[in-house]
Amino acid sequence: MNSNLEFEAVIGLEIHVQLSTESKLFCGDRTLFGEPANTQVSSISLAHPGTLPRTNNKAVELAVRMGLACHSSISEKNFFARKNYFYPDLPKGYQVSQHTIPICNGGTVRIMVNGIEKEVILNRIHLEEDAGKSIHDVDETFSLIDLNRAGTALIEIVTEPCIHTSEEACAYVTTVRKLVRWLNVSDGDMEKGNLRCDANISVRRKGEKQLGTKVEVKNLNSIRNLRKAIDFEISRMSSMLENDEKIIQQTRSFDAVTDTTFALRDKEEANDYRYFPDPDIAPFVLSGKYINDISISMPELPEQLQSRLQQDHGLSLYDAHQITEDKDIARFFLDVNDIVSNPKSVANWINGPVKQQLNDRGCSIEDLKLSPSDLAALILLVEDGKVSFSSASSQVLPKVINSGNPPIEIIQQYDLLKVSDEAELINWINIALNKMPEKVIEYRKGKRGLIGLFVGEVKKLSKGKADPKLVNEILERKLNE
Amino acid sequence: MFRFTTIKDYHNALLNGTTTCVDAVRFYTQSIKDQQHLNAFLEVFEEEALAQALALDNQRNGSIQGKLHGVVVALKDVICYKGHKVSAASRILDNFTSIYNATAVEKLLAEGAIIIGRNNCDEFAMGSSNENSAFGAVKNAADETKVPGGSSGGSAVAVQANMCMVSLGSDTGGSVRQPADFCGVVGLKPGYGRISRYGLIAYASSFDQIGIFGNNIEDVALTLEVIAGADEYDSTVSTDAVPEFSELLKTEDKKYRFCYFRQAFENASLDVEIRTQIEVFMKTLTDAEHSVEIVDFELLDFIVPVYYVLTTAEASSNLSRYDGVRFGYRNTANSADLSDMYTNTRSEAFGKEVKRRIMLGNFVLSAGYFDAYFTKAQQVRQLLINQTDQLFNNYDFIILPTSPTTAFSFGAHKDPVEMFLADIYTVYANLVGIPAISLPLFRHQNNMPFSLQLLASRDSEVSLLCVSQNLLHQKRDR
Repeated sequence: MNSNLEFEAVIGLEIHVQLSTESKLFCGDRTLFGEPANTQVSSISLAHPGTLPRTNNKAVELAVRMGLACHSSISEKNFFARKNYFYPDLPKGYQVSQHTIPICNGGTVRIMVNGIEKEVILNRIHLEEDAGKSIHDVDETFSLIDLNRAGTALIEIVTEPCIHTSEEACAYVTTVRKLVRWLNVSDGDMEKGNLRCDANISVRRKGEKQLGTKVEVKNLNSIRNLRKAIDFEISRMSSMLENDEKIIQQTRSFDAVTDTTFALRDKEEANDYRYFPDPDIAPFVLSGKYINDISISMPELPEQLQSRLQQDHGLSLYDAHQITEDKDIARFFLDVNDIVSNPKSVANWINGPVKQQLNDRGCSIEDLKLSPSDLAALILLVEDGKVSFSSASSQVLPKVINSGNPPIEIIQQYDLLKVSDEAELINWINIALNKMPEKVIEYRKGKRGLIGLFVGEVKKLSKGKADPKLVNEILERKLNE
Repeated sequence: MFRFTTIKDYHNALLNGTTTCVDAVRFYTQSIKDQQHLNAFLEVFEEEALAQALALDNQRNGSIQGKLHGVVVALKDVICYKGHKVSAASRILDNFTSIYNATAVEKLLAEGAIIIGRNNCDEFAMGSSNENSAFGAVKNAADETKVPGGSSGGSAVAVQANMCMVSLGSDTGGSVRQPADFCGVVGLKPGYGRISRYGLIAYASSFDQIGIFGNNIEDVALTLEVIAGADEYDSTVSTDAVPEFSELLKTEDKKYRFCYFRQAFENASLDVEIRTQIEVFMKTLTDAEHSVEIVDFELLDFIVPVYYVLTTAEASSNLSRYDGVRFGYRNTANSADLSDMYTNTRSEAFGKEVKRRIMLGNFVLSAGYFDAYFTKAQQVRQLLINQTDQLFNNYDFIILPTSPTTAFSFGAHKDPVEMFLADIYTVYANLVGIPAISLPLFRHQNNMPFSLQLLASRDSEVSLLCVSQNLLHQKRDR
């Protein structure tokens, strides 16, 4: 029996995003990643007696930025709350967070799943500080504590339980990651832990109104793990429901080796966090002007740019979505298109060969030695018939990137100008046909599909320079003589 | 022989060459040694203070360098002084040395003050008798069988018994004013946010305020002027410019509007003679053409409960950092796991009163009780603030006793709630965040001193100090 048909998952996600502030949320300590343990800690990070927090204004601004980008309403009156619990990597014995009133209320994030756009509804975005790290596997007797991360500024983005599949969840996290990078709110690097995800998952029979008992899966530190964890939980809970087993409310953790989850603790063991307003931090008011100033300073959002690319530039939803996956790529697209004025062609180039180069080199568009004007020149050379698309994309482009020289120089240097001279083409065609006389006979007997083979051989002989359109014409003429 | 009256006189003597900073430090260190049995100091920085005094004397060139040049100051042991131990009179801070200066200390040092040592107090400033110190009680120099009050008992006695010129305490619910009252010295609690709390070990953050003990208003005003003001390390401190308190002290003949609370003076716990003497005093105010009016204050019975709900809630969280992980005392001997370590460390190293308040605070914050206690208490606090604002539309000052009794004997209050209730007249100023001062105007027929407490509206320290100066002068003149 296929349980997917009978059951439905309801998922809410909590994403912790480490803000790209230079200093921590409540003190001037630095926030660099990978520094030696306990080197980014002052008396304030260490919670020495008598120390007090002071709010990092930049962190507040970044939280508002993210809220505006997600169409949240921004709270005018804000205060922090203490979440009290004991743990060695929590120096004060409480985490400063927000409780009853978050800085951003509600909101939506537009995602695309299997080519269809959807909206994920947010519950809230709030500001809080991070804990340090406990290291249990270095020393045999002791757990070690690194407080470099303690006090780093985070926003927690909480969705409503409105996600139903792992695909949607992954698309949502990918979109949030894109947004925080786009807005310079965070590096959004899951590997470095500056974007972390917890998933609340429940399963119910289709058609039921009431939510099933939920489990919370912690520390999903990659998109892959998020997908695996959700899929595992859905199938685990579905089969439990099928067998009439009772699901208990739990906190679980994902094991990336086995792709399964295991229980950390039951809800009954949960802490009473004794939240209350933090009396050490003066409440702060965000005026309409303050919010408006931030709003004005924001870049065009990906969804706005996507719409513009569709409406003004005639790109397909898919192409527009692809181009707006990354702000620098989008910028690059616009710069190239300013010169080329052929959005479809530029989009094809960027989504195809350029992204191929990024993947091959494992770098970002910023690090790639390719100026918009060089790519534009290359595209125009192809459009003018000076070089074949195949030479341009597979040979000229990488050489331009490697050398930093303009495309035309590369083409000349490597003799890659498209050959349209009939005599030269006939010469290559004759060599090609002579190489495979049996195939020529087969073709003439009616196996017309073999033409591709001949064209390919000519392309090879000409090192991609032969004008494919002309080659086709001449070949057909010759073979049908 | 060194003799201290006021900082101004001392500075004049320095200028005349009739004394030196070294003379002053020698005098006080000797005085501390002679009165060691009072237990007012946990540590004396003798050599360091002498070296500092010598340096001040040498660099002076016949002038006074800072506002507190050579002024010998003692610190309640809840105020951090870089490179020096700080314990909050608790075993939990065993061998802990502060790695930074409290903002107030930074400002004292910048004006040439000499820090002579750290004063004993109730553990984490929790107490009204100084009997809760892990290092033994402090004795009242006026009668050594009596408590000095608390929690800043050591700091009060240090001024009372000539062991320093001024001292800093902290006042969360009367911890400066009440020991000042018991010891017969001036004790000021400025309005909340007047002095940075950075480097003051927290008891209850929204109540705590550094306070000042002195022999007279001039010295207290000058010290306040130095240590008050905006601080980027404390977001709750006032950013207003600091008035030149010492310059603004006037003994002008202004007519003030005083009021006093009917319920406060009719309260059964108030010693009859304290009531009578204050009432007689109020008569002299009206004779001097000030107005003194009685007003109703229906919320009086709620203020002690509200105070203890809110302060214990904040304290329970503020004291969570003392967990044996990063500094201070840690039980390792019989702790099998982390949870044991926490339990043993905190059970062994916190005193009884501190543990009582942590438990109370956790109770009022816990799920299911939060609204009934914490939220309700916050509502009453807001009500008190609103009523107080209204009151100050009509009056300049509120008159209250500081304490319902004079200094009591050691062990007199066995019941903690009874001890809590003795804070009835002092917690009000902390609940509403206004400045208040304890003025040593009276002597009881039991021969102990007691004070008049004056409260002014928020940010009115200048007028509070002016009227205090006025009243103390009148008393001297009588």
